[in-house]
Amino acid sequence: MDYFLQQVINGLQIGFVYALIALGYTMVYGVVGLINFAHGDVFMVGAFIGLYAIGKYHLPLFAVFLLATIGCAVLAVVMERVAYRPLRQAPRIASLITAIGVSLFLEYFTALNQVFGPNFYSFPRPFAVSSWGPGDISLTNIQAIIFLVTLSCLGALQFIVRRTRVGRAMRAVSFDPVTAGLVGVDVNRVISITFGLGAALAGVGGVLYGIAYPQVNTFMGVMPGLKAFTAAVLGGIGSIPGAVLGALIMGQSETLASAYLSSTYRDGIAFVILIGVLLLRPTGILGAAKTEKV
Amino acid sequence: MKALPSLAKALAWLAAVYAAMFAFDSSGLANPYWLQVFELACITAISALGLNVIYGFTGLFSLGHAAFYGIGAYTAALTLKSLGVESQPAFLCALLAGAAAAALVALLVGVSTIRLTSDYLGIATLGFGIIMKVVFDNADSFIPRLGGARGMTGIAKMTTLPWAFVLLGGSLLVIRNLVHSSYGRALVSIREDEIAAGAMGIDTFRYKTAGFVIGCAFAGLAGGLYAHLYAFLHPSNFDFFKSVDVLVIVVLGGLGNMSGTLVASFGWVFLLETLRVVLPPEYVEFRWVLIPILLVVTMLARPRGLLGIGEFRFLRGGAGR
Repeated sequence: MDYFLQQVINGLQIGFVYALIALGYTMVYGVVGLINFAHGDVFMVGAFIGLYAIGKYHLPLFAVFLLATIGCAVLAVVMERVAYRPLRQAPRIASLITAIGVSLFLEYFTALNQVFGPNFYSFPRPFAVSSWGPGDISLTNIQAIIFLVTLSCLGALQFIVRRTRVGRAMRAVSFDPVTAGLVGVDVNRVISITFGLGAALAGVGGVLYGIAYPQVNTFMGVMPGLKAFTAAVLGGIGSIPGAVLGALIMGQSETLASAYLSSTYRDGIAFVILIGVLLLRPTGILGAAKTEKV
Repeated sequence: MKALPSLAKALAWLAAVYAAMFAFDSSGLANPYWLQVFELACITAISALGLNVIYGFTGLFSLGHAAFYGIGAYTAALTLKSLGVESQPAFLCALLAGAAAAALVALLVGVSTIRLTSDYLGIATLGFGIIMKVVFDNADSFIPRLGGARGMTGIAKMTTLPWAFVLLGGSLLVIRNLVHSSYGRALVSIREDEIAAGAMGIDTFRYKTAGFVIGCAFAGLAGGLYAHLYAFLHPSNFDFFKSVDVLVIVVLGGLGNMSGTLVASFGWVFLLETLRVVLPPEYVEFRWVLIPILLVVTMLARPRGLLGIGEFRFLRGGAGR
């Protein structure tokens, strides 16, 4: 039982990181209907900003998060402006291929020796690891930080989306971009903000991931990105609580699969669950069922 | 009764080009490296034509094409190894087994997931692709010969230029005839408007599944050729990026355009290889920086596909003539 509870805690740790990434996918999809394949690489850039800020400049943790947030948000806004906006009226597949192109570019460009380099780099721990808890169950301070930071990010996001003008504009664009534009919402600005907000969360996620699994590489974003996107689909894409729920399921299934089956099956199990859920609920757990109009 | 002469003409062309290829292949004039690249381009084109049936003609968004390519590759390699003879007929059996295995799995996947709508189908097939990658990685735990994460070795080098070329020609012929048949018209009508197609009496579920299975069978066929081209298989040859490669080819060539797919396949494979040769060794890594930039620029400039060309004459339907 202790072992099980310990695995659940470990599952929450990775699940919360997935949640931070999944939110960006779900928000962007909700607003522009694009699978932003480059989002996982924004997460990677966040981790590298953390690597440099902690390892080279020894900044305090708070400043590291701030830097990663701003850096990733700027990157995503530029990306949207340069690559996605010109294609908004084009067939959807064109933006999708462009997203894949941007993703490959970020991975291989940062892997050049002149940028970050192609190797695995160990991520410095900004503080000593300690743990506490009853019996065999333990909660490390890393896990505590992940839980606290993620929950406060979620709170902040929920506040922005539900309680502010910008949030209301985002919901309006997501509901119907043309009408939102007609009633005076600056659609382009809202889309930029959405990209920036999602990327900021991914940046925080990147730093947390680096602290928890202290090795970074320019291709580290691929798998977490795919899994986080899957989590968003699992929960019902476009839905913010759905993304978090999906990410937590993803984290649990993955951790429990490697604990009780074999770690080699870890990457597969989450997708088996995904396909199972989609067969029962074709629009995800919390996704709204779409009725087709003729 | 125009069909028969046109078929005969196509076969005559194929035979002529085959003879030329065979003479070229055995003359020793060709550089073996570029010959291999050309064979790879033929194989890639077969696989891409399969995806074109699925996505271009039927409109089913699939992000797991490489998984079916992999199923074909592993099945064919295992079949030929199990047969124990390395003769041409045995190779043909192995290739057909690969295509059949891919089609069978596609049928199972298709029947269960084909009801999903566009993006959700894409994600389900993406998920299936990743599951298959995990299966390939662990394949040695149930069939030791498949090699698992260490890769499968000891595969006979059977794929030659005539094999690759004739099968590409045959695939083109089959797909052309499929697309211009009433079956193919039904697939296209589903892509254009599924509800209207259903209202016109097309069993959309059955046709969509059929389109998916046929496309995946071509991926399996190409996979078998691939396995016997390099004589080595590794699960990383069939990961998500390989599915993306084929998708890029189909989109660049233009959806539902066989000639475009053909040109884009050869262009893509030769571009990758040329960049490998042209760039100085210390800059080879720039290859994957240049290609995404090219891709993004191309999409920005030509969002409807790079080529936008009409079909080659031998791929056009009979109705317009």
